[in-house]
Amino acid sequence: MTRFKLVAWLGAFFFIVTVFSQTLAMGTQGKLVITGSSTMAPLVSEIGKRFESLHPGTRIDVQTGGSSRGIADTVNGLADIGMVSRALKPQEHSLHGAAIAHDGITMILHQDNPVHELTDKQIKAIYTGDITNWKTVGGPDAPITVVNKAEGRSTLELFLQYFQLSNRAIRAHVIIGDNEQGIKTIAGNPHAIGYVSVGTAQYDATHEVPIRLLALQHIPATLETVQNGTFPLSRPLTLVSKTPPTGLAQTFIEFSRSSAVHDLIHKQYFVPLP
Amino acid sequence: MILSTNNISSHFHSDQFLLWSLRFLALMAGSLLLLVVVFLVHEAWPAFQQIGLTSFFTDADWAPTEKLYLLTPMLWGTLWATLGAIMLAAPIGILSALFIQYCAPPFLARGYRRLIELLSGIPSVVFGLWGLVVLVPLIARWQPPGPSLLAGILILFLMILPTITLVVQASLAQIPVSFIHNATALGLSRWSMIRRVILPTAKAGIFTGIFLGVARALGETMAILMVCGNVVQTPSHLFDPIRTLTANIALEMAYALGNHRSTLFVSGLLLMGMVVVFVMMAEGLRHREIYAATK
Repeated sequence: MTRFKLVAWLGAFFFIVTVFSQTLAMGTQGKLVITGSSTMAPLVSEIGKRFESLHPGTRIDVQTGGSSRGIADTVNGLADIGMVSRALKPQEHSLHGAAIAHDGITMILHQDNPVHELTDKQIKAIYTGDITNWKTVGGPDAPITVVNKAEGRSTLELFLQYFQLSNRAIRAHVIIGDNEQGIKTIAGNPHAIGYVSVGTAQYDATHEVPIRLLALQHIPATLETVQNGTFPLSRPLTLVSKTPPTGLAQTFIEFSRSSAVHDLIHKQYFVPLP
Repeated sequence: MILSTNNISSHFHSDQFLLWSLRFLALMAGSLLLLVVVFLVHEAWPAFQQIGLTSFFTDADWAPTEKLYLLTPMLWGTLWATLGAIMLAAPIGILSALFIQYCAPPFLARGYRRLIELLSGIPSVVFGLWGLVVLVPLIARWQPPGPSLLAGILILFLMILPTITLVVQASLAQIPVSFIHNATALGLSRWSMIRRVILPTAKAGIFTGIFLGVARALGETMAILMVCGNVVQTPSHLFDPIRTLTANIALEMAYALGNHRSTLFVSGLLLMGMVVVFVMMAEGLRHREIYAATK
């Protein structure tokens, strides 16, 4: 009886060791390192999990650090794929990029603010400190609280690029890190104005957070207008590689662009490719 | 054996073992600090070489994407927030301790002490969240924009108050009862007993409490990040938003590359320097005060 038990244990032990070593061997064959945009990281790691379950033995390692890091790591060979949540700059065009989804940035106000639309010119004037009171743009007589993003965020980059501003020209009263902090700041101050991702803002606005999304150039900020490309302040979410992707990287990028991950993209409040 | 100095050597093996393991552990603790400093200097080195020490104090602005690396507004932000918090928390903390120890009826003292202990256990991010959704909107209604030096000071005050109260109260509890009996026998009023007997005796504990409070206030990050507004500017009044050195690191480290990243390590080094200067000042003051009191 005891001998039988011993043999059984030994058998189980060797079985586990064999399976383990095989998984490890396959793991080292099929590993992708992906770094970059913190906006994209949650989405890509969800896609990675689904990819791993469909392709046993592969491992998708997702790390954040901003779009700039994604590009730097890809160029230096530290990452197989970079995540970039903005259009590529001219000096970055040697990289091979493929969009997997879109994200839009929307201006948000407190729900109680009677202002319903601002022109691009007015928004620019508010952010540079030329307009400091809501009554100038048809609101109540109250000072405007300008909410801006911290240096290095791709949301800030896209905002500055669209309004053709330099960050030093902005006269901000509050500087925030992530989208949620921005939404909480504006929900707590009826005279604040800020900008966050459309997905996050739309989700919160429909879940009883007192904020309102502003239309831009008369185009409402919704997932639909971002998807069909009519919303002006939107950005592609791109996966980049140093050389044209082959093998596992190619399979992964194709998978990320397929309709098999649309539910994951919706869950993160981004807009999938048409 | 009272002192384990070198000239009193023990013949017991267990003592030798204890001595060496203690020496080893002390060495570990010391070298850990040294390692942190070495690491900070190593990471900050490229910034010192390529940007230069003076730029951190003479550049026009903090705008790393435009290669401007001014750190003084953040230095002032940290200093003012800490100073404000300690000015509020020190007197209230000491008074709370006196209240628990000498004035309150036992059941109230016990309840109050539990409350303070509970306050000290609240994580800083909870204070930050509370500040962001309750305190900041309140200040915004009174003096917009809301996120400000004042909000930071109030949140820090709440966070360091329990530290100061509990440390001071512990040192009050150690004052020999005979001191109090003597003071009562001399017919001193309660107030002059506290002022002339209790406070001078508990001086060391009071300094330790304040010191621990300042150290926590200097290093606090998350709560400050959420309520201070993080605008890089030297505050001119209480309602100006500020950015502290710690908030600067936390806000930008995840997205920083190259010299920008190095400069964030410089701000870490600066923070460390502030703590060192403060510890030295506190030590000097404590020695002088304590010896002056016992003379």
